[in-house]
Amino acid sequence: MPEPLRLQGISASAGYAEGPLFNLDPVVARYGRKATAADERLALETAIKAATGRLATLIEATKGDAADILEFQLAMLDDDALTGPAFAAIAAGQPADVAWRQALDAEIVGYETSDQDYFRARAADMRDIRDQVLRALTEDSDPAAPAGAIFYGEDIAPTRFLETDWSSGGGIALKAGSAASHVAMLARSRGVPMVVGLGAVGLGASPAHLAGVALLDAEHGGIILAPSRAEVEGFRRLSSSFAARRDRAKTFLARPAVTKAGTAVRVQVNIADPSDVDNIDVSTCDGVGLMRTEFLFGTTLPDEETQYRAYRKVLEWAKGRPVTIRTVDAGGDKPVPGFTVAETNPFLGLRGIRLSLAKPEVFRLQIRALLRAAVHGNLKVMFPMVAVRDEYEHAAALFAEEQAALTARGVAQKMPPLGIMVEVPSVAIAPEAFTEVAFFSIGSNDLTQYVMAAARDNALVAHLNSIRHPAVLRLIASVAAFGRVQRIPVSLCGDAGGDPAAIPALIEAGLRDLSVVPAQLAMAKAAIADVSI
Amino acid sequence: MSASAEATVLITHEVGLHARPSVKFTKLAKRFSAEVEVALAANGPWLDAKSIVKVMAAKAPKGTVLHIRARGDGAGEAVGALVELVRRDFDEGVDHARTA
Repeated sequence: MPEPLRLQGISASAGYAEGPLFNLDPVVARYGRKATAADERLALETAIKAATGRLATLIEATKGDAADILEFQLAMLDDDALTGPAFAAIAAGQPADVAWRQALDAEIVGYETSDQDYFRARAADMRDIRDQVLRALTEDSDPAAPAGAIFYGEDIAPTRFLETDWSSGGGIALKAGSAASHVAMLARSRGVPMVVGLGAVGLGASPAHLAGVALLDAEHGGIILAPSRAEVEGFRRLSSSFAARRDRAKTFLARPAVTKAGTAVRVQVNIADPSDVDNIDVSTCDGVGLMRTEFLFGTTLPDEETQYRAYRKVLEWAKGRPVTIRTVDAGGDKPVPGFTVAETNPFLGLRGIRLSLAKPEVFRLQIRALLRAAVHGNLKVMFPMVAVRDEYEHAAALFAEEQAALTARGVAQKMPPLGIMVEVPSVAIAPEAFTEVAFFSIGSNDLTQYVMAAARDNALVAHLNSIRHPAVLRLIASVAAFGRVQRIPVSLCGDAGGDPAAIPALIEAGLRDLSVVPAQLAMAKAAIADVSI
Repeated sequence: MSASAEATVLITHEVGLHARPSVKFTKLAKRFSAEVEVALAANGPWLDAKSIVKVMAAKAPKGTVLHIRARGDGAGEAVGALVELVRRDFDEGVDHARTA
């Protein structure tokens, strides 16, 4: 029995799984060459037919976004333009597997090198298509995973996720992967535990470790291979407490959040897209604490009307509850073609309000859309990445100018309260420069990464990126205290706000207003109810 | 005697002619026997509107003026129906537009 091995990654979908490991990375299956080109052609046709049939069956059993992904794959497989080059290569003497791989790889490169995020993300679908046919071709009957298995490997294909029966447990542990992938979204909505970013070696360290049962703790983003008996027992305790907390949490959703001692805590939601509110009962939250606007800047710069409609939709949904919209926070890890600039160190570069002030023509458009939308609800606007007072004053002056211009044109508008994100340490350390702002919203993700000098998207330094480090908590407490004295509302809208493990420390630091992703709303309220302050 | 038709339409869908709209677009084009092509500029290059591989490869973002032309039986109906689909935002409101 090897020594226990613990690996740390990033949680993409909270939950616990105990089970055997199953290797996702395709073992290079052997393809038996056929005697003639005609037989090679037949082999590929049969394999494509098999993959098509498999997709069609899967579509029958799927709905929503997942079905759309599969429909797209099916349409691709059905297209002669995709399969034609492979058949041409076969006619020229290539074996079917080589011909197919080359033809698909040529298409995949086109997606991988796109300058648009959306098209780059489709490369995963194209690889999925390639591998489905390759598996059918090599008659590698896609070895079935044992029930309750923890899938590990480089990445997981959407079809593999959808074909797996998760009812008997199981989970996902990936070397790379992303919490923003399609599969991560599906995992969260179905409650499948998933950890990403386990590092280049992943679980492949030693064969002896892979033989036994593993413990996946996707609440804290870790996995233990070859666990000791004590570790198994501890894990089962955590796992059953998680299940109990999740069930119990559901009963808290409809109620206002209150601590054991009766302290009321406001719980708002973070949204990234106007359609996010479609699935939220507005009565279960105290408003929108953070509405991101980067979605509008996906591929092209949005016009004023598109922005106005998006903001107005959320304001009307909120029925008078506050909606805090953050002006565009592009740059850093969120590049926008034609807007952001290429930098060697983008997290410390021209991002957030710095970029908006550098591109006033784009910023003024967003300001006009916000001023016009403000008449439809309880709007608040905040600026990201503010480091010095001058930036706030400059942005506020642009709001005043645009308001005057709209008034002159007789357009309905309203000036919203203007606040700032507290995420650059300079603001958290010296908030006294900002006594005129309407509110502070602590962006704990960026604040933590800047205070700890540990990127939040780098698994190698993930252990340093902790909001519960005393340095980060002390800054949060000091901003909360400053706000109380100055009567400036302070809230927090980072991931920590929805983390049951961090919530007690945040309330202890003096925060009474948290904003969480909608999926964490119930758990956050339940965690607040356990706090004795 | 062969009919032909041509039209242009502005893509207003949030992320452009992406996966889901492309599936709808090519499926609709396939319903017509006419030869249907699309281009991002009046002088081409013209791409087979019934091929999702070609339509996706055009990577047409929001704000693109899409040129559609058809030749053969039902050419007019084909162009009309495809223009309508793009105009209706592929039957998806802004509510369903996603960037990822």
